[in-house]
Amino acid sequence: MTAAEAVSRLESGMTLGIGGWGSRRKPMELVRALLRTEITDLTVVSYGGPDVGMLAAAGRLRKLVAPFVTLDSIPLEPHYRAARERGAFELTEIDEAMFMWGLHAAANRLPFLPVRAGLGSDVMRVNPGLRTVTSPYDDGETFVAVPAQRLDAALVHVNRADRQGNGQYLGPDPYFDDLFCEAADAAYVSCERVVDTVEFAKEGPPQSLLLKRHVVTGVVEAPGGAHFTSCVPDYGRDEEAQREYATTPWPEFAAQYLDGRTT
Amino acid sequence: MTATRAEYCVIACAEAWRDAGEILASPMGLIPSVAARLARLTFAPDLLLTDGEAMIVDAEGTVEGWLPYRQHLALVTGGRRHVMMGASQLDRYGNQNISCIGDWERPKRQLLGVRGAPVNTLNNPTSYWVPKHSRRVFVEKVDMVCGVGYDHAGSDPVVGARFHRIPRVVSDLGVFDFATPDHSMRLASLHPGVTVEQVTEATGFALSIPSDVPYTREPTAQELKLIREVLDPSGARAREVAV
Repeated sequence: MTAAEAVSRLESGMTLGIGGWGSRRKPMELVRALLRTEITDLTVVSYGGPDVGMLAAAGRLRKLVAPFVTLDSIPLEPHYRAARERGAFELTEIDEAMFMWGLHAAANRLPFLPVRAGLGSDVMRVNPGLRTVTSPYDDGETFVAVPAQRLDAALVHVNRADRQGNGQYLGPDPYFDDLFCEAADAAYVSCERVVDTVEFAKEGPPQSLLLKRHVVTGVVEAPGGAHFTSCVPDYGRDEEAQREYATTPWPEFAAQYLDGRTT
Repeated sequence: MTATRAEYCVIACAEAWRDAGEILASPMGLIPSVAARLARLTFAPDLLLTDGEAMIVDAEGTVEGWLPYRQHLALVTGGRRHVMMGASQLDRYGNQNISCIGDWERPKRQLLGVRGAPVNTLNNPTSYWVPKHSRRVFVEKVDMVCGVGYDHAGSDPVVGARFHRIPRVVSDLGVFDFATPDHSMRLASLHPGVTVEQVTEATGFALSIPSDVPYTREPTAQELKLIREVLDPSGARAREVAV
């Protein structure tokens, strides 16, 4: 399917997980397609990068669930910062590990998972809904019971995929893209290149086959679909394009970015 | 050879990993990164280091292992790691903030977010690196507790703080620890050329100051050679700490 077809399955008010990490292998072509729709009032769940910055700047966020938002080589995401400082959306700020275990709980159909993280920190203060759980064994330790983070849909980008929805990453880190897909009711995967299933073995070792078709709803072929974030080994981060994004007022940047001429 | 301030900082950071054994050193910032590699090449030869992405590399940069984020987070909870994080704010009990300045509900300045500070501080030793010691960083009370300090960790092991430890804080002025009865911050050593007055002037709370404050140790000739010729030949450390 096309990116436009994938995002046409989404609706305002949904909880959306976005894969990648910071400014690394973000499904930017899908995010761009989403920005071209009127879909809004989203809850976005992300190890945040420019995906969050753009959706926040465009006013599409009702709520963000994230442990950070960064462009990596530019530590602070300027558009995210500006939106957060003007109180443009609600924030659920949790630790990186809590975030991961929330997705694990969802993928495993558990209501929560216990995590030794959060206690003693202001994560508990700013998330008054978080509950604790005490070990039923002799140690009696108290943990945070991280609630399952179910997703209505997940958007992720990988290096290769076949038409059936199997996805292959060829870079050094899978991030949590498989987990996002497993925690979601529907998952849309963009890829650098759609290949015949038989090609996977030539592209990488078996453990590079990250996404399984039973948790993938649709595949979008999108060469350069993570640009300007990195998608190694196909390409690294386009630092110049990222700098331009970071230093251009959003309306001006969006006018170019969304008109389809730039990639 | 006279060491620069940045080089004393490298030594002070490297000392955090002395005799650490086979654990992962996770330095954040340039000087801690140089320091971890220095420790690996000298007095902490068993340290594990990453390339900043998903690979574990030896001192020469040869890949010896794989550590994607999912395994990194698992390694944290296993405790076999000593991280040195940055801090936008740090208070007398070692609470750290990298999330935002001002009221969290509507921050004056949004920063990174809590990142992994909550999980780090409850699971593996967490030290801090502050390249510019000032009252803006060393504050009476942090605006958002990301890294957990000693007053919030408590002494009761059932509150999830049994593995909590903040071995040291290194700034461009000196080294600090929490070796006091109430675990409040103490001046452990001054970098040569710095006075106690300079430190107290730049700190927004009352530090514990021993009657006799030692100086941060001198680098050996071999350490200086490694820093200058092998680990940071372009002198990038001077951009993080001038003087």
